[in-house]
Amino acid sequence: MDEGLTGAAADTDGGAVLAEAWGVDVQIGAKAILSGADLRVRTGEIVTLIGPNGAGKTTFLRVILGLQRPRRGRVFRRPGLRVGYVPQRLALDATLPLTVERFLALGAGRGGREGAARRAAILEDVGAAQVLASPVRDISGGELQRVLLARALLRDPDLLVLDEPVQGVDVSGQADLYGLIGRIRDERRCGVLLVSHDLHLVMAAADQVICLNHHVCCAGRPEAVTRDPAYLALFGEHVARQFAVYHHDHDHRHGTDGAVLPLAPEPDDGRHRAETPDHG
Amino acid sequence: MDDFLLRALAGGFGVAVVAGPLGAFVVWRRMAYFGDTLAHAALLGVALGFLLGIDINLGIVAVCAAVAVILVVLQRRQALAGDTLLGILSHGGLALGLIAVAFLESPRVDLMSYLFGDILAVSARDIAWVYGGGAVVAAALAFLWRPLLAATVHEELARVEGVPVTAVRLAFMVLLAIVVALAMKVVGVLLVTSLLIIPAAAARRLAASPEQMAALAAVAGCAAVAGGLWGSFTFDTPSGPSIVVAALVLFVVSALAPAVRPGRHHH
Repeated sequence: MDEGLTGAAADTDGGAVLAEAWGVDVQIGAKAILSGADLRVRTGEIVTLIGPNGAGKTTFLRVILGLQRPRRGRVFRRPGLRVGYVPQRLALDATLPLTVERFLALGAGRGGREGAARRAAILEDVGAAQVLASPVRDISGGELQRVLLARALLRDPDLLVLDEPVQGVDVSGQADLYGLIGRIRDERRCGVLLVSHDLHLVMAAADQVICLNHHVCCAGRPEAVTRDPAYLALFGEHVARQFAVYHHDHDHRHGTDGAVLPLAPEPDDGRHRAETPDHG
Repeated sequence: MDDFLLRALAGGFGVAVVAGPLGAFVVWRRMAYFGDTLAHAALLGVALGFLLGIDINLGIVAVCAAVAVILVVLQRRQALAGDTLLGILSHGGLALGLIAVAFLESPRVDLMSYLFGDILAVSARDIAWVYGGGAVVAAALAFLWRPLLAATVHEELARVEGVPVTAVRLAFMVLLAIVVALAMKVVGVLLVTSLLIIPAAAARRLAASPEQMAALAAVAGCAAVAGGLWGSFTFDTPSGPSIVVAALVLFVVSALAPAVRPGRHHH
């Protein structure tokens, strides 16, 4: 239970395999969500799943997490693997009075002064110390993502799994969050598996990119993937080429299908997230 | 004070003290309609109790538990929307219960008292049931509190963190079934859900933590019982509905009061 222990394989330079999936099929109703999907995450590696909305990215994560049983295929998680999970959203009922501090305490069950000090320290580490005593419902989208990340980190994860971690965060906030995820990986040497349909900074931040559209279209290092015909076909050549180079000029944004759209006000810094019902 | 009034107060308080905290979870988990479904099915439990010659409370808990399990199984199939399933089970159960009770044709079965409660007829034996069952529910809820709260905040996050979510949810449904059986005496099948959710909703704006809200819901429930009984006695109104109206008054008053919130240290 000591927080200094972060996985036995942390020092191997090749990176021990933390989780792996082979030939995963998932069917929901009559609809094939995933077919023959493979994935491998190693220690110290950032693996990013990208693909259009409804491509099965979240479903694939759920299979890796053991939340969804695949119809076919195999999933391996290293025995004793500690997983820190950052879910896509938190649909907290408006009637549930819960502070950030309490929300964090629900995750890692350490009581007393020591536990409280540790929660405060990790929240500070992810840059959200100011919201410790705030009600969860009242913090912004970017703050919520950091709080969710802090809760995952409190478990000293070997593998960090993040589902759309920059959703509802403005563009500079997104860069900060990806920077933070990269720093966490460097400091803790944990593996990171994340999902995004937002191409912009993903390509620069990932070690491995997996393009998913019900099946794995292409996979590999970001520079290789951006040249892959399957990637170009999936996201459209015009859009895809923009991301082959990593400078980012904000003269456009992207629709959920990756299409280029004119800039529009970002949804961040509303005091409530869209899925949290407003309360008088 | 008259004996029957004292018994009514004692029974009502016993129910309200456990219905408050459990009701808070019903509100947080958005399960109000589920509570209604259990309550309606409880009438079938009454009939079953009479038919099999077992204790009525046992019959109610058994039928409610069965409904809960059926619901979980059907929801997993995802063939129908959750609220459609609840509607079918809720009104199907109520209709079956009404027919079953009509078949009994026993002078011991007073349908109205089951539909609307008859707290003034609460016996010493009923009170023993309320406090025995209530103690079991309170102890189980205290034991389940943390995993149940974690699963309420985010079910899948809790599951990844090792909480046995399915077991916790089933245990919660059984507790709910027991409280429905106990609360039926006080407000009846048709108004049971109100005793769960109105005190909890009234407590919301005064609470800064889940535990405060649960405790305040228990207090609000007791106040509603006392106020309702007083109203029933004074104005000669039916007791069950009077208790619900008293709870409603508390809710309206709390909605007009300024909200209490934990401090926010920035912006």
